[in-house]
Amino acid sequence: MKTGPYTDKNDASGSGYTLGPVVSGPECCTPEAVIAVRGLDVAYDGVAALKDVSLDIYKGCVTALIGPSGCGKSTFLSSLNRLTDMSGGCRVSGSITVDGWNIHAPEVNLQELRRKVGMIFQRPNPFPFSVRRNLDMPLREHGISNRYEREERIETALIDVGLWDEVRDRLDASALSLSGGQQQRLCIARALILKPSILLMDEPCSALDPLSSATVESMVGSLRGRYTVVVATHNLAQARRIANYAAFFWVKDRAGALIEYDTCGRLFETPKHKLTAAYVTGIAG
Amino acid sequence: MFLRTPDSRFAFGLGIGAVCVSSILLLIFLFVTGEALPALKNVGLRGFLFDDAWYPTDESFGLVPMLVSSFVLSVGAILLAGPVGVAAAVYRLYYAPSWIRKPYRWLVLLLAGMPSVVLGLWGLVVLVPLIARIEPPGTSLIAGILVVSLMVAPTVTIMSESALEGVARSSWSGAAALGLSRESTLWNVVLPAARGGIAAGILLAAARAIGETMAVLMVTGNIVQMPDGPFSAVRVLTSNIALEMAYATGDHRAALFVSGLALTILVLLLSLTAARIAGLKNNV
Amino acid sequence: MSDSFSSSTERGRPHRIRDALLPVAAHLGTLVLCGFAFWVIMDIVWRGAPGLDWSFFVDEPTSAGRGGGIAPILVSTGLIVITAIAAATPLGLAAAIFLVEFMPTGSRFAAWTSLSLDVLAGVPSIVFGLFGSAFFGLWLGMGFSILSGGLTLACMILPLLVRTTEQGLRMVPDDWRRGAAALGLSRFSAVRLVLLPAAGSAVTAGLLLGLGRATAETAALIYTSGYVDRMPSSLFDSGRALSVHIYDLAMNVAGGDENAYASALVLILFLIVVNVAAMSISDFLLRKKVST
Ligand SMILES: Nc1ncnc2c1ncn2[C@@H]1O[C@H](COP(=O)(O)OP(=O)(O)OP(=O)(O)O)[C@@H](O)[C@H]1O
Ligand SMILES: [Mg+2]
Repeated sequence: MKTGPYTDKNDASGSGYTLGPVVSGPECCTPEAVIAVRGLDVAYDGVAALKDVSLDIYKGCVTALIGPSGCGKSTFLSSLNRLTDMSGGCRVSGSITVDGWNIHAPEVNLQELRRKVGMIFQRPNPFPFSVRRNLDMPLREHGISNRYEREERIETALIDVGLWDEVRDRLDASALSLSGGQQQRLCIARALILKPSILLMDEPCSALDPLSSATVESMVGSLRGRYTVVVATHNLAQARRIANYAAFFWVKDRAGALIEYDTCGRLFETPKHKLTAAYVTGIAG
Repeated sequence: MFLRTPDSRFAFGLGIGAVCVSSILLLIFLFVTGEALPALKNVGLRGFLFDDAWYPTDESFGLVPMLVSSFVLSVGAILLAGPVGVAAAVYRLYYAPSWIRKPYRWLVLLLAGMPSVVLGLWGLVVLVPLIARIEPPGTSLIAGILVVSLMVAPTVTIMSESALEGVARSSWSGAAALGLSRESTLWNVVLPAARGGIAAGILLAAARAIGETMAVLMVTGNIVQMPDGPFSAVRVLTSNIALEMAYATGDHRAALFVSGLALTILVLLLSLTAARIAGLKNNV
Repeated sequence: MSDSFSSSTERGRPHRIRDALLPVAAHLGTLVLCGFAFWVIMDIVWRGAPGLDWSFFVDEPTSAGRGGGIAPILVSTGLIVITAIAAATPLGLAAAIFLVEFMPTGSRFAAWTSLSLDVLAGVPSIVFGLFGSAFFGLWLGMGFSILSGGLTLACMILPLLVRTTEQGLRMVPDDWRRGAAALGLSRFSAVRLVLLPAAGSAVTAGLLLGLGRATAETAALIYTSGYVDRMPSSLFDSGRALSVHIYDLAMNVAGGDENAYASALVLILFLIVVNVAAMSISDFLLRKKVST
């Protein structure tokens, strides 16, 4: 079920909102869907957390997920790389395709899917090893046996996240001795080093101090165009700064639902839904 | 087919390990019961309870004197070790100067890990002659009680400490806000709140006392008789097994397994009750 | 009784006595416990130390252990304990990993396993001895052998091992599990490369405690690994453990006290080293837990 490039009226049915055609996406965005979600329902232990979410994530764009706490942003993100499998009692239904492949098909190799779809968490979670081993281990596990290649990729990834100059002489120090912002950038490097095409970020800046947060944010901005990024955030200003598209989630009938999905500019400037309008202007939520 | 992926093979392997581990207990019951079966059939519960004495070679299998000895010895040990153990826990948590706390804990843990033969050796060489001065020959119920209480007191201390530490800080500050002294707080708030854990510790200690073999064997004289005073020599169930397994055959051997089975069931009941009590406390 | 003042002082008095009693009792109980502990330890050191010299460790025992040293006994003890650890470690780790990482919490199987481990931990060691001699000795045909004794001890220390490993794994934050999964590591790699190393010190502490427990054991060994005090030539030989040696010298050998004490000193010195190591590790763990 290969989904073709985005064409026209894509009905995000059930969310009560019909997505309009993208007229003026930023230049880096090809309006081509790499992730297509249709009728996604997620329930934890029988309690619905997300109901009937349908949307397309566009290649090379940064898509921000916004909405109040508990509206299912994290749930949505982790259903994209099937991290929902990890919490027992979590049931996912509906279809999700990544690059045209149904990720719930029985023959899907989870490891491969997760290598392709990287993820960054709210709290930096470097493993309790050295900086080098944090990056080296995933590479080795994904079958890169050439040591020089690994070293090279470690360096590239660290340069990519702007960490190289800061840690080049303490690659063998414990990753836990880095500052929060450095740890988070290390985690991003750890995800990038596997050359994913999609990055999921769950509030990557919210556990950081303002300065580190700004560094990480500008880094995420620099990923635009090279990676498809889906980022959940509570920081509306940040969403406006870095995202091309924004999806607004809200708790409707006790379950998270997608209310509005549009280019960032339009969602913030001319929201179609009054809940969105209230939320982005700070009246609700 | 479900072992397609390396991960499912890994989980399968682990699962086999887990099944092995969880079946050990069943295996123990199976084998001990299996070996005990002939005696249960030929002698029967009546024999074990109502035969006059333990002369296994003459088909007389009265376990009652040893059961009573085991019981008296454990109760005696608990009566000594319980209060001492709780007192030691209260001291370390609320009265000890801070520099003492750590070495003190290590001493208690050391005592808890002391091999029972070593305590038995000390009992035999040091304690028994001292008791013999009061009433010879010295190998006696009281010697067993003393050695075993020394053995199980650390169990009571360790369990009580964790129960007492589990009493919330807020209880302390709440009591302080009522103007209660440290002693009143301990009596009225902390000790009652921790009583479940303390009781569980005492039950576990009782289970250990009943199951203890070597130390008891070395200091109690091992004469099969009803205990008639602290200085009489006694033989408990565990020592009986250790002493006679070497040469027992036939129904005699099976009878030893019967006493092993009885011990296991007794200890099982005690430790399950302890777990239940400790669990209840956590839920309240 | 009718006088409210006197009744209130009557209520007050016993409380004062009770309040004074508590610290007295606490100090007394501690004094008794520590006094006895010191007495035992000092007694062992005092009577054991004179017998300890190099030849004690390298000589064969002579005249039923009254003279000579304990070399074969140390070797047997080592082999028994190594067998026990070698058999218990893979099983214990597998069970703990399975329970924590692969079983949903509250599943039937997990509940049963944890109950059976609790009960197993309380089974008297003499019953382990009975079981070992019936199962390993007779049924599996190992007879009196180091292997049979070691495997019996393995069953005995398994609950300890599983529990400590389980606790160690449960202390590993879920962040690392999710992190590993998000990197596309297989469950196997996640366990091997992230979770076990992170829980490593807890596992080590558990192993050390198990080692101590196995070395201290007597009753489970008498009828499994046996009494023979010659140098064992294989795991299928009977071998006398240090604790069995102490027991035998004290009870069955007149004039064996001196060597019994020397052996006891060797035993508790070893146990102190092992336990101090285990405790330092768990103290370190506790500090880490508090600081994060
Ligand atoms: N592992 C879980 N088990 C049970 N319920 C869960 C689980 N994870 C999330 N939920 C529930 O699903 C709903 C959505 O949670 P989710 O974490 O996706 O929200 P969120 O939008 O990410 O919130 P926040 O902004 O606070 O991170 C919530 O009601 C939450 O209670
Ligand atoms: Mg979230």
